[in-house]
Amino acid sequence: MDATAKRVTGIVVGAAIVCVLLGLYIGLWLTNQPGSASAAPSTRGAHLYLGTVPASKGTDPHPSWVSYYAVDARSGNWRHDTTFVLPANSVVTVTVYNYDGQSGLRNPFISQAQGIPAGVFSLDGKPTRAIDPDAASHIFAIPELGVSVPIEGVADDAKNQCANAPCPLSTAHTTTTFTFHTGKAGLYRWQCFVPCAAGYIAGWGGPMQTVGYMDGFIKVV
Amino acid sequence: MTSTTIPMSARQQPAWRKLVGFNLLTGIVLAVVGWLVGSWIGARIHAPSLDYFADTGENDIGILLGYLFGVIGFLIGLGFANYPIRRLMGHPASLAEHESEGEGIARYFRLCTDHKVVSIQYIVGIGVFFLVGGINAMLIRTELLQPNVHVFGPNQYVTLVGMHGAMMMGMMTSGVLGPFANWLVPLMIGSRRMAFPRIESFTFWLLMAAGVVLVTTIFMGGFQTGWTGYQPLGDQGTAGYDAYIGFFALVGLSMCLLGFNLIVTIITMRAPGMTWNRLPIFVWSVLATALLMMLAAPMLIAALLMGAFDRTVQTAFFVASQGGSSYLFQNLFWVFGHPEVYIVALPGFGIVLELLPVFCRKPLWGYRLAVAGMLGVALLSFFVWQHHLFVSGINADLRPFYMLSTELISLPTGFIFLCAMGTMWRGRIRYSVPMLFCMGWAFNFLFGGISGVFLSDVPSDVTTHGTFFSMAHFHYTIMGGLVFTVFAAVYYWGPKMTGFNFNERLAKIHFWTLFIAFNSTFGPLFALGLMGQPRRVVTYPTHLQALNDWVSISAFCIGISMLIFLYNLIWSMLVKREPAEDNPWNSKSPEFQLPTPVPIHDFDRIPVFDADPYPYGVESAPALTPARQGA
Amino acid sequence: MSEVNHWRRVVLWWLGTSIVATLLVVFLLAPIVPPGNGSVEASGQVVDNTVLLGISTPIAMAVLVFFIYALIAFRERDTSAVVDGPPIRGDAKVQTWWLVATTGIVLFMAGYGTVRLLADGAGGGQGPNPIAAPAGARNALQVQVIAQQWKFTYRWPSYGGVETSSLELPSNRMIEFHVTSLDVIHSFWAYQLGVKADANPGFDNIAYVTTKGPMTFDVHCAELCGVWHGYMFESGRVVPPGQFSSWIAQQRLHNVPSTKSLPPYSKQYFPDPQRRGG
Repeated sequence: MDATAKRVTGIVVGAAIVCVLLGLYIGLWLTNQPGSASAAPSTRGAHLYLGTVPASKGTDPHPSWVSYYAVDARSGNWRHDTTFVLPANSVVTVTVYNYDGQSGLRNPFISQAQGIPAGVFSLDGKPTRAIDPDAASHIFAIPELGVSVPIEGVADDAKNQCANAPCPLSTAHTTTTFTFHTGKAGLYRWQCFVPCAAGYIAGWGGPMQTVGYMDGFIKVV
Repeated sequence: MTSTTIPMSARQQPAWRKLVGFNLLTGIVLAVVGWLVGSWIGARIHAPSLDYFADTGENDIGILLGYLFGVIGFLIGLGFANYPIRRLMGHPASLAEHESEGEGIARYFRLCTDHKVVSIQYIVGIGVFFLVGGINAMLIRTELLQPNVHVFGPNQYVTLVGMHGAMMMGMMTSGVLGPFANWLVPLMIGSRRMAFPRIESFTFWLLMAAGVVLVTTIFMGGFQTGWTGYQPLGDQGTAGYDAYIGFFALVGLSMCLLGFNLIVTIITMRAPGMTWNRLPIFVWSVLATALLMMLAAPMLIAALLMGAFDRTVQTAFFVASQGGSSYLFQNLFWVFGHPEVYIVALPGFGIVLELLPVFCRKPLWGYRLAVAGMLGVALLSFFVWQHHLFVSGINADLRPFYMLSTELISLPTGFIFLCAMGTMWRGRIRYSVPMLFCMGWAFNFLFGGISGVFLSDVPSDVTTHGTFFSMAHFHYTIMGGLVFTVFAAVYYWGPKMTGFNFNERLAKIHFWTLFIAFNSTFGPLFALGLMGQPRRVVTYPTHLQALNDWVSISAFCIGISMLIFLYNLIWSMLVKREPAEDNPWNSKSPEFQLPTPVPIHDFDRIPVFDADPYPYGVESAPALTPARQGA
Repeated sequence: MSEVNHWRRVVLWWLGTSIVATLLVVFLLAPIVPPGNGSVEASGQVVDNTVLLGISTPIAMAVLVFFIYALIAFRERDTSAVVDGPPIRGDAKVQTWWLVATTGIVLFMAGYGTVRLLADGAGGGQGPNPIAAPAGARNALQVQVIAQQWKFTYRWPSYGGVETSSLELPSNRMIEFHVTSLDVIHSFWAYQLGVKADANPGFDNIAYVTTKGPMTFDVHCAELCGVWHGYMFESGRVVPPGQFSSWIAQQRLHNVPSTKSLPPYSKQYFPDPQRRGG
């Protein structure tokens, strides 16, 4: 190989190494699915406990974003997961402890629960069918299964509000419980419908379109 | 006067000393400095009144200014500010011939005004980003192997799709004009240089900066709009959309200037005797493409600028509830977008019609008709853009008009096919590798074009718009058209440009694997679109999985064929280095009458042309040799 | 070989292959080309596609046959010497006939497409002032399709403005879709019905469809609208009129709470605020 070829080869090899390293970094970003482990519900009939918080601890990549957490009912431990594993062909009960404030819905239609038996869910113990659209804090919706349940927010003047995860049950919160029926196995997605990402058009940026915060997957197995 | 002697002092310089100066390294350093300056300015503008900064945590002004100053720093570091500053300080105008002197490899890493160096820079630069775009495509098809198992998260996937489209469209629009027009047009018209050599180098480095800007979208969270960048979705996007804006703004500027340079060169710098009737058809196609580039690119820059304002200072160009309109962006984008796809298609026509006479040993059939075809496509391409918007709610009266204009554009395209067919009629055809790629073009563009007829018909378009059918259509025309002709050009002019031969056997294997894998990948996509799979989706109904898997495996085969080409390239250019002959194809075109490698000053004396460019079969007519001296 | 011989051969090959291919395409392929016959407009699209296929198959065969014939018949057999072919630079007659023929075909196809389009709108979105409505559009059932990230909901102005999250339509009825969006650009694509209309915020896009018998159809979003665009799909149903009436009555009853909090029915919505707290 003459001198020119050697030089060019050297440059090519050097550039290739840089690119491979870059590619590895990018590959890690691409395949990173935050909160991809699952919170498998326990006890008979499958009970899933979720919590919604206005912000999370400092170690989270987006500490100021709202997010859903899965709570282990027995130990009370919070896991920042948004992939929930549920059994197929069963009745699943979901309890959501919401510590977040009220935001309001873009489409008030979603203030009424859909896809659950008789359209009735329990809000702080009272059977409810719909909430005030302006009081909505989040929605737990699985569009492919037709399930959509509004989660009412903590009133602005409530005392002892929780600002950061993890939030103990002693702080101000609303409790929403509902059941739905899972069909056959598959991968479904869930999302929130309350636009809370301030600063973005239609409030749908940031956490609203990021898996691990206000969006996630339901694995029915 | 030659310029290849190296002064003694340069040889005695230590290695690090050679790196100091206005070159790529300095450019990168100043780019980083520029980015920091821009971000700092953006942070200062972060006024409390723009409270959405606090809400989103993003400083889009800082990011966009960072890109702007970064690119300015990059260009200053490369030395583009030197001549303007010298002129402002009163130094006389100069052709800067000395900028094209210097040592071998170093010339390729800085501002060089030798058009041959710029074209090699273009080939390598665009090739690298084409590889990035291609890897994105492989990753997309990996994700689509299974509907219910996700390799990537939804945001990452949609960013991959957008990056693949943006990278390919941004890079491949200059894919022929950058490498090949810069090299060939001066030689074909008998000039030693382009009209604006510094602008020529400028467009290259601008394109490289653009490619880097697009890759940085990964570090900003990606963009969720696909390559079309629709607003108001783009307004919602994370900071990665700013990288998209930066990318296409730079690409648009690069395209505009590249086109401008070529137009002025072709009009004003033709050698004596090179009349419009004698212009090689490739130069005509370059002229038509350059006109489109110059006129269409500014529309894109305008649309993106408005989008940037919407994102940063909260104007409402595209926000309906504040008086704007989402239709504004769609129309602005497609007024650029449609000429853009003809920018990608026209050079391919020019390459095929330029190569066919050589490999059929006959003059180009219907020269005037071919020219009319090129210019007709260019003109009509400005009148069809609403066919991307047939079902979007545009004024219903307009749709029959755009249906007609879109169908009409198949007429000049048909002229190109007729001229190709006429050239082959009763020829003496040789199956060389460039000819194989030209035939591949013919096959692919035929089906791409026919599927376009379906898409231009509104009732048919109602089902196929926004599905994999339209994706298959444009991949057949753009990839089956442009990419195949680029490879034809690489194998045809490559030995002349680099001075080394390609391995022919590997080249033929490359062609056949690419052709078969390409059709196997994009053929079934027509069916997938008709069966109900929309574009840019991360999941699909399970009954479509078998077909998707077939397409994905075929796509991996395309990747393998590209690797074969890469291997051939590295082996032939770096290892084997078998010197190429002056005229391996027995072409009678001007550039092949020069020795290989072409001397730095191209012609010893400016030639005088006195024959048409395709004197095949006419024994008495002299070859169009620019070597004819005198007068 | 004389030129006449080649030309005749090419034409004969073309005739043969075209006839076979066109028959195959028109009688075997066209009937199964989507979107099928689920609605009157979808059937219209199938007819339109059949005509286009019938025209484009012979054209494609012409080009293909020519290239393949040329590549075989005019191949240089002896590659040792470079011999040029005849210097034919053009043929005015061929060029003229080509121009006339292709122009005629293109004008016919554009005209036919226009006729088909204006007959019943072909199921496509026509904006707020449609010009191609099927006969009897005045008695159409109005359904507003509201697209939002990332779900379609449906509003029924003739049933008290109730909003539902699923779509059921009566059979053998003309439907007038009013497609709009609450945030970004989506596209309502009811595949088997042959309907596609983009949903733009603050804009009313009208598409007509005339349903036929009971069936299930897929609804996909056909315009990239964010990260979950690929998951924005559902099923709709066309059911007998009696079943539809009871369904919509049941929906009105079930959705009383949400109907109370909905804004009045309108062709356009401008939900605010732009930025949301939280």
